Amino acid sequence: MLLGPALGLSAILFSLGVAGVLLRRNAIVLFMCVELMLNGVNLSFVAFSQLYGASGYIMVFFVMTVAAAEAAVGLAIILAIFRHKQSVDLQNINLLRG
Amino acid sequence: MTNAVFWFFAVLAVASAALCIVQRNPVSAALWLVSTMFSLAAIYVLLNAQFIAAIQVLVYAGAVMVLFLFVIMLLNLGHASSDIRGPSAIAATLVIVGLLLVELVGLWRYSPGRVAAEVAQAPGLRDPAAAFAAGMIARQDAVTHGVVGGIAAPLFQIYLVPFEITSILLLAAIIGAVVLAKRKV
Repeated sequence: MLLGPALGLSAILFSLGVAGVLLRRNAIVLFMCVELMLNGVNLSFVAFSQLYGASGYIMVFFVMTVAAAEAAVGLAIILAIFRHKQSVDLQNINLLRG
Repeated sequence: MTNAVFWFFAVLAVASAALCIVQRNPVSAALWLVSTMFSLAAIYVLLNAQFIAAIQVLVYAGAVMVLFLFVIMLLNLGHASSDIRGPSAIAATLVIVGLLLVELVGLWRYSPGRVAAEVAQAPGLRDPAAAFAAGMIARQDAVTHGVVGGIAAPLFQIYLVPFEITSILLLAAIIGAVVLAKRKV
């Protein structure tokens, strides 16, 4: 069945993703950590789908679609910022700080 | 046997994820993330989600990570200096992540029986007695409809409208990405 271990693994992966988002300043690595968090959530959807049928798989399907769209738009934004600042370090991106 | 394979890939996934968030070089971080995603695909197979495992390899480890590597290459970030935040941020991260982990790992103690007991008290969910009497629903669906059919049938019947909305989202994402990445609007 492996329900509990799968949920524990998903919790660890999600927490590692959060740690990465808080620790790093490189915008691209930050995006990768967000993908890591989405993967952790997908794992818990799949684990619960063993019990409750295919709805969880369909949620995973939608999460993957949204993640792909988010990656495309986010990386385009990073590209546009890089053209202005010549850097993807979040310390240099402070236009809204005033 | 299944348990041994699960733990092997679980340890591999966690180790790769940990290396991904501490690697200074974005390219190494991306490759460790690919390793995490492959391990997760293997775990999906163990959890009877073969189609999701295939999609995981094709979409995540394939398309999305190639996009990341392509942008890293385009921006020439292969030899970046360390970008890990200062000691106060590390301390804050440890506190926040520790609390989150304690909260989430509480789920570890979930067992099918306990889930059944809790679902029995929540109205509107699938009848737990039938669900657990039938054993694993996912495996049964796979036997009656095939691995892909078990996902395709609800996707194109119950979830047809969300599926169509997804296509609008993808169209918007394509247009947005092209407009944002263009040099002059």
